[in-house]
Amino acid sequence: MAFSAPTANFTPLNTPFLRSHDNTLVSSLSPSPFFGSTAKLRLSSSPNFNLHRRSGSVVAVSEAVKEKKFKSTRNLLITKEEGLELYEDMVLGRAFEDMCAQMYYRGKMFGFVHLYNGQEAVSTGFIKLLKLQDSVVSTYRDHVHALSKGVPARAVMSELFGKTTGCCRGQGGSMHMFSREHNLLGGFAFIGEGIPVATGAAFTSKYKREVLKEADCDHVTLAFFGDGTCNNGQFFECLNMAALWKLPIVFVVENNLWAIGMSHLRSTSDPQIYKKGPAFGMPGVHVDGMDVLKVREVAKDAIARARRGEGPTLVECETYRFRGHSLADPDELRDPDEKARYAMRDPIAALKKYIIENNLASEAELKAIDKKIDEVVEDAVEFADESPVPPRSQLLENVFADPKGFGIGPDGRYRCEDPKFTQGTAHV
Amino acid sequence: MSLKFFAHFLFIFQVYISVFLLIIHLQFHFFEIAFLFYFFAGAKPMAAIFQGVGAAATLSSSPSNSFDSNNSVFSPLTSFSVRRGASFAVVRSDGILNLNPKGRRAQQLISNAVATKADSAASSSSSKPGHELLLFEALQEGLEEEMDRDPRVCVMGEDVGHYGGSYKVTKGLAEKFGDLRVLDTPIAENSFTGMGIGAAMTGLRPVVEGMNMGFLLLAFNQISNNCGMLHYTSGGQFTIPIVIRGPGGVGRQLGAEHSQRLESYFQSIPGIQMVACSTPYNAKGLMKAAIRSENPVILFEHVLLYNLKERIPDEDYICNLEEAEMVRPGEHVTILTYSRMRYHVMQAAKTLVNKGYDPEVIDIRSLKPFDLYTIGNSVKKTHRVLIVEECMRTGGIGASLTAAITENFNDYLDAPIMCLSSQDVPTPYAGTLEEVTVVQPAQIVTAVEQLCQ
Repeated sequence: MAFSAPTANFTPLNTPFLRSHDNTLVSSLSPSPFFGSTAKLRLSSSPNFNLHRRSGSVVAVSEAVKEKKFKSTRNLLITKEEGLELYEDMVLGRAFEDMCAQMYYRGKMFGFVHLYNGQEAVSTGFIKLLKLQDSVVSTYRDHVHALSKGVPARAVMSELFGKTTGCCRGQGGSMHMFSREHNLLGGFAFIGEGIPVATGAAFTSKYKREVLKEADCDHVTLAFFGDGTCNNGQFFECLNMAALWKLPIVFVVENNLWAIGMSHLRSTSDPQIYKKGPAFGMPGVHVDGMDVLKVREVAKDAIARARRGEGPTLVECETYRFRGHSLADPDELRDPDEKARYAMRDPIAALKKYIIENNLASEAELKAIDKKIDEVVEDAVEFADESPVPPRSQLLENVFADPKGFGIGPDGRYRCEDPKFTQGTAHV
Repeated sequence: MSLKFFAHFLFIFQVYISVFLLIIHLQFHFFEIAFLFYFFAGAKPMAAIFQGVGAAATLSSSPSNSFDSNNSVFSPLTSFSVRRGASFAVVRSDGILNLNPKGRRAQQLISNAVATKADSAASSSSSKPGHELLLFEALQEGLEEEMDRDPRVCVMGEDVGHYGGSYKVTKGLAEKFGDLRVLDTPIAENSFTGMGIGAAMTGLRPVVEGMNMGFLLLAFNQISNNCGMLHYTSGGQFTIPIVIRGPGGVGRQLGAEHSQRLESYFQSIPGIQMVACSTPYNAKGLMKAAIRSENPVILFEHVLLYNLKERIPDEDYICNLEEAEMVRPGEHVTILTYSRMRYHVMQAAKTLVNKGYDPEVIDIRSLKPFDLYTIGNSVKKTHRVLIVEECMRTGGIGASLTAAITENFNDYLDAPIMCLSSQDVPTPYAGTLEEVTVVQPAQIVTAVEQLCQ
């Protein structure tokens, strides 16, 4: 599909005209072997890339990678273990989110629940390359980011049920998933809010290396956010600061073309988000977010770049959410044809196909993984069901890290020493 | 014959010696009396008279029997001396106070006795030399000491590095600690405050400077949503030991947007603490306490107070973040204030003392949470409360304080609480209008007179 410049024509909502998975457009200001040394906008796709999905080759982001892939289709991108790991992670994400929907309609969880179906390739492709000490910052669509980062399914499900065994003791909910152990820094309800926090985490990494002299500190932070966020001031402010100080961060845009009911094309003057990277002095990469292997290749390079201290990267992943914005969204605005088109590009099906066609694993092994994940999810629901709800005494416990912050009461003692305080009935 | 002469000589000599000693004795006490007189009563001697029924306790440091002889004449002063014995600078704080009045100091204090009570009280003179500095230098000292003590403490803000801070609070720090520890940020308050929060979550202890507290309005999203709430929504997993500081308040014709009093906007945010400094002593103490605290703290400074000079102790000290400061003990009315209005109140107190009132002045220092113990004890003693603040009238700190006092101490009040706040107007540029926007000492005097009827 030929690429057409967005300003030239206005296309109706139902054609995903902008970025077909065929095109990868790269701009870079600094010559590096990864991104190529020229910043040229290719206006027409190369005809050879139509088969990329079948062969699993990456629509390359650099000339070198492109040619390498092209030469030999037997040169696989993943080993069997990696393939199974990716498959398992994506299936976990999908099964978990489906179960969330079921539980929501059964009245086990409430409020705003935003499901990630269809976008698993982005989460798996990026997060499975990280170490435990690397940080991930997400938005309200964060269940699968938490699962990919390693937060147990039990903890996430309990949190959704509002139980005290949840990863945030039931105090955060669907939109506020945190895990200190796994370095998941949230879970933010307002869009754009997490990007500065991610920038701060990257700043800490640089600070530790340069000021505290922890020489081997090369922790990378990933910030995930959507297309709607890319019109928000915090996005641009953080692109500037991250590029200015060469912070070890990767900005991952999950462009699913819709911000609730607002089409990306209707809200953005220049819908090509990756172009905004070079405007701030960092490379901007566009990748097919429905193909986990492509995402993984791009992620490898971006994360390695950050680890080497060369600075941030803006990666735009073209993806799609199969469900509505949240479980409360009737999802009537999107064209069924568009949905059908993207459903055909289901990332799990694509990976499965790749694995089987390249004889990395058998159908039976994949089915075994499916079954295992079903059990994991069932177990998570059971665990969450049986977990206790938070007692009243939990109400005031985490407002302050140092509870002296509640102040001194009329009797001269700190309020937190009042026994009613620990019962949760004290008036503060 | 020589014996007679000798006897006469001895007698005269004895008389001479006695008279000499008597004169010296009286002189000493006269001096002491004069000192007390001026020190506590201000320039006008008559001010002491109203103190009728005070306990006649003797001064701890004076020779008691010789002073008693003067008691009948100067008994009102002894009640002052009771208070002199009690510490009236910082209550239950870690600060070190030492009142050791000497002649020279008394002479120095005559012209502004009441207004600088805090000055003399908080400073230490002969027992610990201390050092004199301006308020912004005190802040800088506190910040520098904490940065020396803990390498994770860092500063972020606009023009904090190479420029040294627009109010010179971070002067010299960038040269000493480097550009990464004293970070010059681009003009993006929301994002760099968020960056500070992200850094705090991952192990650093940032101090974020808002060049003017009004600019923090742009960072309100991060302060309210992340700073205050993240510890809670993460179930206690992440702490945010951040300090957000900057100058606010009405300056000298700075215009509406640079003269904002935003304490009221932040006070509803759960999870943060707010403190306001007013003297070099408590500025340094609060800065250090805020940096060491695990909670997010917003430290409000005032544009017009940066050049206040005071002598502060050399040794390490902090001021408790949750405590209020007793500035001037009194009997008749409790005046609660903070930041710049403390000085307007003390100026009014001079007039009030001359008119025969005895106000108790408390600098509440902790704007959130309120120190209800110190405030409560005062209310129980005086039964009348006047709140003087620079914050906006509607929904301001004074409004919250009025509610808190009414809720907790209603039975002890003899009169409704009066609250003097700034007018609910954007601060005008014109000097005359700006003057009437904030509370002036004359209004405070009128209010106290009204309250004490």
